[in-house]
Amino acid sequence: MDQALKELGGYIRDTLGESVVDVTVRLGELAVSIRRDDLLKVMKFLKDDANCQFLTLLDVCGVDYPDDDERFEIVYHMLSMTHNNRIRIKLRTDEDTPVESVTSLFSAANWWEREVWDMFGVAFTDHPDLRRILTDYGFEGHPLRKDFPLTGYVEVRYDDEQKRIVYEPVKLTQEFRSFDFLSPWEGVQRMLPGDEKAEDAAEEETK
Amino acid sequence: MGVTTTTQTEPAPLPPGAEQDEILRQVTGELQDKGFVVASVDKLVNWARTGSLWPMTFGLACCAIEMMHAYVSRYDLDRFGVVPRPSPRQSDVIIVAGTLTNKMAPAFRKVYDQMAEPRYVISMGSCANGGGYYHYSYSVVRGCDRVVPVDVYVPGCPPTAEALVYGVLQLQKKIKRTGTLFR
Repeated sequence: MDQALKELGGYIRDTLGESVVDVTVRLGELAVSIRRDDLLKVMKFLKDDANCQFLTLLDVCGVDYPDDDERFEIVYHMLSMTHNNRIRIKLRTDEDTPVESVTSLFSAANWWEREVWDMFGVAFTDHPDLRRILTDYGFEGHPLRKDFPLTGYVEVRYDDEQKRIVYEPVKLTQEFRSFDFLSPWEGVQRMLPGDEKAEDAAEEETK
Repeated sequence: MGVTTTTQTEPAPLPPGAEQDEILRQVTGELQDKGFVVASVDKLVNWARTGSLWPMTFGLACCAIEMMHAYVSRYDLDRFGVVPRPSPRQSDVIIVAGTLTNKMAPAFRKVYDQMAEPRYVISMGSCANGGGYYHYSYSVVRGCDRVVPVDVYVPGCPPTAEALVYGVLQLQKKIKRTGTLFR
């Protein structure tokens, strides 16, 4: 399985040359990093080439790495029904640099690119209808960016005098508190908050 | 000028038995004799209102599944005259079943405004009660009582179908208690 994927990855790298930055096969999945400007060329090749035939675009999504220069990663998942293969295409961009839209090749990309625009603020050139898709009408900011505050900036309320829903700055009665001591990303903390006293008491007892 | 009567303390309804049979016999006799019975309009109106609480179908999230369970055969809210309606114009009560988002809030208020008086609101589940799991989210209303006045809160995440049935019964109780002909 891995061997076949490696061969396919090698074939894609050989054919596309400069456009491909990196090819990895990990956990039985083929991932190809490409140059941003060559996106359309790569996608067209993957769709049309007889050895690839990735005719189905399964997903377009974004990732934010706030510390990197090109902080956003756009990820495309594709499926080849002909060869029963899956592939992941990745490219990097920043806040100001738009990415080419692939709607001309895959109409399915339309709403996903709108979603990436909505959530991360990455623009897509030549997109037929690039506007927000998930968030509220007139929403400001891009919620999935790491620097977007969890609670946002506005909250809604019905105003009895104006007889309509009004937007106001967020006012929380209690700040957000994190009780996730067993985060799968950060691992188990050595001591759970609140357990300090228990340890002291145990020491006293041994004395 | 509102007419708010029923200030006198009401006797508890009689359980089935010899006493109830006696009263029923009297009423039936009166009805056959005179052709009419006398009752308080307030109570009659309340009886009619509580017996046909038509809820607006307003499922927003997973709570809606539990709401459906309450409607269908096992709990069968139809027994209480609770028949889901597809139009706010035909509804007496709106069951907010699920997460109310900022984007949905104006639409929800519009639906509520379209309902005819008297109208009631049942807030179902943690999200509708106070934001629940999404309390700190940027896109969720922290409780649907920020948008409409709520009569009954049903707690749970999601509440069981039984809990919703109980909530509806509580609302019936509340309507009987507050009995007003005009507002």
